[in-house]
Amino acid sequence: MTDKPIKLYTLSTCSHCKSTKTFLNECTVQYEFVDVDLLEGEERKAIIEDIKKLNPRCSFPTLIIGDEVIVGFKEKKIKEALGL
Amino acid sequence: MDAEKLFEILQKVQEPKGYYFNKDRAYVLELLSALILNKDRYGYMACPCRLASEDRDADRDILCPCVYREPDVKEYGSCYCGLYVSKEWNEGKVEEEYIPERRPPEKMGF
Repeated sequence: MTDKPIKLYTLSTCSHCKSTKTFLNECTVQYEFVDVDLLEGEERKAIIEDIKKLNPRCSFPTLIIGDEVIVGFKEKKIKEALGL
Repeated sequence: MDAEKLFEILQKVQEPKGYYFNKDRAYVLELLSALILNKDRYGYMACPCRLASEDRDADRDILCPCVYREPDVKEYGSCYCGLYVSKEWNEGKVEEEYIPERRPPEKMGF
């Protein structure tokens, strides 16, 4: 099991984002997530800029496990990055 | 408008065009509820799997069904969200794979 920090950028309405959250919950790993569509104003702008640096298409979910960026719900890749 | 009603309305229009709802009905109803929520939030049914700019004109390519549905269903058997699929996809004849975002970054209105 990884001790790398895990950060997840999501949309509250997106099916692939929901699947990713469910999957991470099942893996019982600790992670932080932000539903970007629920943010407003400056906070939203700042987070979008952060995401664009990691994933220029700014698509969701964008998952960061340590130094690795995984775009989309890719179960196999996520497992590998988590060391499962 | 509830998701069940929207399902009925859209199915009648989209199936004759060759676009079928994903066979996972619960998954579809969740996405249709998200579309109804987006209509309430933004005034238009923006794709639930993409960040809306809250400007209808800037988001016209991602009004559901988005302009990327046709090439995505053609190439992958499913739209980006997995809401609309081909008949073959529902029959399990197409391998399910992750559909990359086709929308060009410069189209993002935020």
